[in-house]
Amino acid sequence: MNEKKTSLAVAALRGGTVIDHIPSEALFRVAHILGIENMSNAVTIGYNLPSARGARKGIIKVDGVEFDHQTLNRIAVIAPTATVNIIRDYEVVSKHPVELPDTLIGIVKCPNPKCITNNEPMATRFDVSEHDKPTLRCHYCNHTVAGADAEII
Amino acid sequence: MNSHSLVAIDDLSRNDILAMLERARYFEQHPNSHLLDGKVVATLFFEPSTRTRLSFETAVNRLGGRVIGFSDASTSSTSKGETLKDTIKMVSNYADLIVMRHHLEGAAQYATEVTDIPIVNAGDGANQHPSQTSLDLYSLQKTQGKLDGLTITMVGDLKYGRTVHSLLMALRFFSPKFNFVSSPELRMPREYRMLCDRLGIEYHEYTDFTTSVINESDILYMTRVQRERFSDIMEYERVKNLYTLRRSMLASAKPTMKILHPLPRVNEIAQDVDDDPRAYYFQQAGNGLFARQAIITKALGIDPLK
Repeated sequence: MNEKKTSLAVAALRGGTVIDHIPSEALFRVAHILGIENMSNAVTIGYNLPSARGARKGIIKVDGVEFDHQTLNRIAVIAPTATVNIIRDYEVVSKHPVELPDTLIGIVKCPNPKCITNNEPMATRFDVSEHDKPTLRCHYCNHTVAGADAEII
Repeated sequence: MNSHSLVAIDDLSRNDILAMLERARYFEQHPNSHLLDGKVVATLFFEPSTRTRLSFETAVNRLGGRVIGFSDASTSSTSKGETLKDTIKMVSNYADLIVMRHHLEGAAQYATEVTDIPIVNAGDGANQHPSQTSLDLYSLQKTQGKLDGLTITMVGDLKYGRTVHSLLMALRFFSPKFNFVSSPELRMPREYRMLCDRLGIEYHEYTDFTTSVINESDILYMTRVQRERFSDIMEYERVKNLYTLRRSMLASAKPTMKILHPLPRVNEIAQDVDDDPRAYYFQQAGNGLFARQAIITKALGIDPLK
């Protein structure tokens, strides 16, 4: 019964985006990056749902919106396991994992207060290594931060 | 980014390093020349550092170039709130090369991205100070006759000391063996130990500073243990004298061994060591002139050997 309801709820989008397999601890930050608190669209948020992959997951369904790459890249920093489903006319027209680029420009704030990027009007830049559990290194001051701990601008 | 800038020693290959040291050797033999005739070098010291500034300015003067700049940000428009970008762009109109020191980390890298003239990093906060590493490498090569296969013992603050990190990075091309001597709080960071593991570089860690470690060393690289690095002052008081070098500890050290220190020294090298022929830290600082002449001419695309 429950299973049927879950799948029904996903399919119930006529058009929009489903972001699935978000680690539970990242869910609300993902919602913030998507700007959901300022939307008037219908949004469904699932939290601490059981996942086939073991850990608890979160899911966000947004009616009538397809997000741009820049926004999805930001999600990839804190939720590298997330998948993006694009729905059109009740059909899933594309399903793919979020993609973490090798370089993040203007997305993450450097945690080092003495970094030039926190003191000049300029874009931050991080080089990404270990994409499954990302580590970000500041191109300017060389400080590193785990993706899961990164402060998204 | 312009390709002649020097921001970090890590950007140099083995061949780049060897070529730079060859230049430094040339300048030691020919310190005065007119290679920089008609060139203007700006020394922008947003953070004061008299020792480094005098060394760079002497290097330019002995090459026949002219110097403009400031020695303290309070005398520049930075104090009026001008951005680094604007200062660099403005000075780029006047100078052929900018030598800059800044208290913010990454400042020199950023400067290379906003101008077409070469930038030489003379220190950006706790981040990089490649001319220091260059003079360290030159001192190693000059005193040992080679860079390959040396046993280097680093003592003191191995956690925060940027000079030991940069030296380790530069020596990764030269099959070194390292001894790391420090208190557990100031241990060599994991990323550098992992790099050594990955490259098959032999290293040993010690918490005791013993004569057996000194006796096998070709180079003893001493650093200052700073009080402000400790959260526990009692711990600082306990360890501060454990890593002090005294002349009595050198009795059985190799006669060719040399003691280096980036200076300023406080109490980590006892005064009686100064009279030992293996004390090299003052000559080491003097080598900075030749290393900086090498860096400046390279950045300007001038080859003295031609």
